[in-house]
Amino acid sequence: MTLPPVLILGGRSDIGLACAHAFAAKGHPVQLAARNAAALQPEATDLGLRHAVPVSTHEFDVLDTAGHAAFLDALPAAPGIVVCAIGMMGAQEASEIDFAAAAQVMRSNFEAPAAILGLVANRMEALGSGTIVGISSVAGDRGRATNYVYGSAKAGFTAFLSGLRNRLAQTGVHVVTVKPGFVATRMTAGMDLPARLTAQPEELGAAVVTAVIRKRNVIYVRPVWALVMAIIRTIPEPVFKRLKL
Amino acid sequence: MILSGWGRFPRVDCRVTRPRTEAELQALVAEGALIARGNGRSYGDAALSAQGTVDMRGFSRMLSFDAATGQLVAEAGVLLSDIIAAFLPRGWFPLVTPGTKFVTLGGMIAADVHGKNHHKDGSMAASVDWVEVMDGDGVVQRASATQNAELFGYTIGGMGLTGIILRAALRLRPVQSGWIVQETLPAPDLARAMALFEASGNATYSVAWIDCLASGDSLGRSLVMLGEHAAPADLDNRRRARPFVTPPKRRLSVPFDAPGFALNRYSVGAFNALYWRRGRRAAGRSLVDWDSYFYPLDGIGHWNRIYGRKGFAQFQCVLPLAASEPGLRALLAEIAASGQGSFLAVLKRFGAQDSRFSFPMEGYTLALDFPVTPATLALMDRLDAVTLDHGGRFYLAKDARMSAATLHRADPRLPAFLAMRAAEGRARSFASALSERLDL
Repeated sequence: MTLPPVLILGGRSDIGLACAHAFAAKGHPVQLAARNAAALQPEATDLGLRHAVPVSTHEFDVLDTAGHAAFLDALPAAPGIVVCAIGMMGAQEASEIDFAAAAQVMRSNFEAPAAILGLVANRMEALGSGTIVGISSVAGDRGRATNYVYGSAKAGFTAFLSGLRNRLAQTGVHVVTVKPGFVATRMTAGMDLPARLTAQPEELGAAVVTAVIRKRNVIYVRPVWALVMAIIRTIPEPVFKRLKL
Repeated sequence: MILSGWGRFPRVDCRVTRPRTEAELQALVAEGALIARGNGRSYGDAALSAQGTVDMRGFSRMLSFDAATGQLVAEAGVLLSDIIAAFLPRGWFPLVTPGTKFVTLGGMIAADVHGKNHHKDGSMAASVDWVEVMDGDGVVQRASATQNAELFGYTIGGMGLTGIILRAALRLRPVQSGWIVQETLPAPDLARAMALFEASGNATYSVAWIDCLASGDSLGRSLVMLGEHAAPADLDNRRRARPFVTPPKRRLSVPFDAPGFALNRYSVGAFNALYWRRGRRAAGRSLVDWDSYFYPLDGIGHWNRIYGRKGFAQFQCVLPLAASEPGLRALLAEIAASGQGSFLAVLKRFGAQDSRFSFPMEGYTLALDFPVTPATLALMDRLDAVTLDHGGRFYLAKDARMSAATLHRADPRLPAFLAMRAAEGRARSFASALSERLDL
């Protein structure tokens, strides 16, 4: 039995690549999509050599929403699983003084990913099968002073995935929301992260594959994050607003 | 960041960077002296540098594989475990492997690792077709036996001191299964252990576990273990149907540092005596999966914690063939008399090897590890002296405590290595705690 291809949106990111490796290790063909896809060839070669699966690269700019449909049409095969690992932290300080910077963060984390996954969802619904994996963030669980622009975009993305899951529940299409918590990636390099709360990318890839197989709805990569975020969400607003988080 | 080798001694506060691209690496090299680090499995201070330690695991892509020749081209940070995971199911296994699979390709080359087949297949050098090395100016050169041969010769076994290994072409060997046919031969003393090695030169793999606390008539009593890659005919029907499928290993882990008193002459002595008796009873042929055979300790996570918080130090020397028997006798007598036992005393026959700076030479190699205490450090100094007396040399990938004077007396090849380091400014650009301690 041949397994359906997995499309990785954000195929250059550490999280996207970790998911690609985890699915390829199970035998899924991989389609890596990112900007400047030609430069992804070493990653594609590595994936193919390690896991002996077909791997292709595809030019994709998530902010070019007008091109989304053509991008999906041009794929060599309709993907059975789509992982959206697109994200952009941005600099909170820049977002506070420059709305263009804030808009870039909002568009990259919410609007544009929602646009492409909306199209994917409609296609999967027509086929009556498929899985959508959205990499969101614990930052979307509650707005905090230090990264609320990014967090609000992720909150929007989380709500979008939740609604999409609700809408598609009876159609055979499943939606998984992943809230990674801290992951040791290029995006977090140089940050002083607590080791017990920080997952390695491979750990995230394995968790995503398991979530897809078991049809989980929302996962935190390290279970401790469910507890951490439950506490953070239940702090009353009058107290929360005084905290430095 | 506080780092150490696998022996957790010494610990050094290192400035660590993790570049992803050649350009980032070039910028780092321009900043000052540094040393490349793989997966941190060398035992001592070879991959530590306070001012500049470069974590090479960001370079971990496999680049090409030729199924006709078994040649894999990969970046230096690729793990051996990943190479096996990718290619054993396709019928390929590394030609040379050390006793752990959690090492990087670059680290294996820098240390010129050897396996249980050195007498037959040689060291890592024998399986590397070429390397690409970045020098202190950020220039990358390809080196092989025929192209930049001097750089090639000094880089393999050069402990990272000739430059940063970026990529290499590695030859794998074809195998027909993931199983090893093992034969265990008990040897009640050193002379018979050595006679077994001399008689089993045709065996692909050979190694002996040696009870280094046994003394008197039992001095050097050993279990000599021979191994061959299993052919289909060696397997039962169930295994023959899926020859590369071996049972997943249950992962044990040492959860915390053992207290210092757990390892003493009585506990180690009891363990060694038990292991010897069990091995003698189980002597004969058995079928072992590749993972248990080559990497028995990999199944126990953090096994380095059994030596307690202060860590442990390895001692590994090789003695030239002619001096091997008296030399080993003197080493074992020194250890047995000290009562400083080691669980992991390993004896191995090396085949002939000419190389510019790397460790192996024809003869016998003895490897032991000891918890770090003033008494064991003093013992290892005495072992150094015995080794020097018998014309032996030392394995830098294991060393954490030798003196510069000892190394310089042991190795007549050193001045040429230093001259190579000095030329083109490599000594200025590449340095580690090891190179500073040993004056390299």
